[in-house]
Amino acid sequence: MTTPNRPRISLLGTTAILFEAPGTFDLPHQRRIWALAATASKWPGIREAIPGITNLMLTFETPPHAVDSLVSALIDGWDDAQEFAIEGREIELPVIYGGEIGSSLQTVADHSGLSVDDVVSIHAAPRYTVFALGSHPGYCYLGGMDPRIAIPRRQTPLQRADGGSVSIGGSQTGVSASPGPSGWHAIGHTTWTFFDPSWPTPAALAPGDTIRFKVGRVIR
Amino acid sequence: MIEILSVLGPASIQDLGRFGQYRFGVGTSGAMDDIALRAGNMLLANDENAAGIEIPMTPFKVRFACDTAFALTGADVGADIGGRAILPWWRSRARAGDVLSLKAMIRGARSYLTVYGGIDVPVVLGSRSTQLRGELGGLHGRSLQPGDILPCASLEAPSCFDELGAEPADVALARPTAPAGDSVVRAVIAGEYDKYGGAAQDLFWRAEWKVTPQSNRYGYRLQGPAVMPISPIEKRSHGIVPGVIQIPPNGQPIIQMRDAQTSGGYPKIATVIEADLWRIAQTGLGGKLRFENTSYADALAAQSEVSAYLDRLRANVRRFGEFRKCR
Repeated sequence: MTTPNRPRISLLGTTAILFEAPGTFDLPHQRRIWALAATASKWPGIREAIPGITNLMLTFETPPHAVDSLVSALIDGWDDAQEFAIEGREIELPVIYGGEIGSSLQTVADHSGLSVDDVVSIHAAPRYTVFALGSHPGYCYLGGMDPRIAIPRRQTPLQRADGGSVSIGGSQTGVSASPGPSGWHAIGHTTWTFFDPSWPTPAALAPGDTIRFKVGRVIR
Repeated sequence: MIEILSVLGPASIQDLGRFGQYRFGVGTSGAMDDIALRAGNMLLANDENAAGIEIPMTPFKVRFACDTAFALTGADVGADIGGRAILPWWRSRARAGDVLSLKAMIRGARSYLTVYGGIDVPVVLGSRSTQLRGELGGLHGRSLQPGDILPCASLEAPSCFDELGAEPADVALARPTAPAGDSVVRAVIAGEYDKYGGAAQDLFWRAEWKVTPQSNRYGYRLQGPAVMPISPIEKRSHGIVPGVIQIPPNGQPIIQMRDAQTSGGYPKIATVIEADLWRIAQTGLGGKLRFENTSYADALAAQSEVSAYLDRLRANVRRFGEFRKCR
């Protein structure tokens, strides 16, 4: 069961296991997740160690017969994990807020009790850190959003959201790299290439990189 | 070469999947019914990971440009080549110019066409599977269209490739079925299971779930009684894999399938075991699914059962196919 200071570890069928760190959604915790990922990726039988938001998924080459020893290794690994500071690239991304693609801008404003302009300036203010890649090819989960503009995910996910959508889901924000299903609320869009399978590293950004959104235009 | 003459719905080129790219946000893709693809490749003495065509809807028609051998596995589908009836889970020969035509699916929801040597599209990030979201792999990263020409390894099939059949997976791996022909799939409880009360958990296991029209390679969206948590759950995004059953706030489960996103944040009640994912792939729109609560140990045992079936198939094909002698 959940105790505030204990990690949660759960199985994803027979192909993966999920480690969720206790504590807040912040950079120090995420840096320890990066450290744990680097360690766990070398364990036998592990295909990949994939950081999420203050959590880590391990996929299996072959499913372990004894899950217990893997659970203990994760707990010990977390206790030993030091903050792993990655010096990444800095990117500036021009964003058009609102409009057809960012049609949930007003919804976020209504939910937070702020004006559209306030939502935009609050969203564009921080320097965000890429916490993790996931969801779809090249997509980055960003840390550092102001909790004032947080909004729960959709009751029912959209079948198709546009590529380049800048959106908010819970207390997280991110930019989609291509069109596809989404449970988040899009508040704007950007045109930037996040992914190309012909590049030596197919994703443009990596955990530890930082992004600043530049307000290009606000369509009300 | 194979020319696509007619296609309905999103048919795509798939192998067993693209592994080890999760950290770039690239999911596995791969055949929804991996067992059917493997069986087809085995019948043809191909590498079991060779690419074939996944056909989710019929009619479907192709023309072979050269003499070759092919197999149809997966769904039980009415098919013929040049007026000659083709049985599913059989290997057959095609002559240059022959037209293979797939008609109604009698049972199952996805048919796999494999050809001798495999469909020879470029390997992208370690796989030939089509990744629709990333628009990569397969043929230009998209579903197949009439007029598409698919390159095949330009080998002539050995002359001893006579007709040969395999025991279909749904016969070999048959399970006691719930009333009214529902598909029963086994699932292991997942992270948020205990955030649902006893009544909601019971409802989840006992309900008959209808596969809605919004179901595809990304995921199966189910319809049934609303399964609600004790209190609303908002999670930080984390990795997910095919088989994960998410419950969005509307209480209607979504099973992640082969083209699923690599991460998500909706609560997870359970995960369909790898050994049963093909059963979902063969459940069509409007079909009914039920979940059966399974332990991790039993899930591993189920996987061993699948492996034993595939080993048997491999051994039989070697024995009756006599590949070595004729090469």
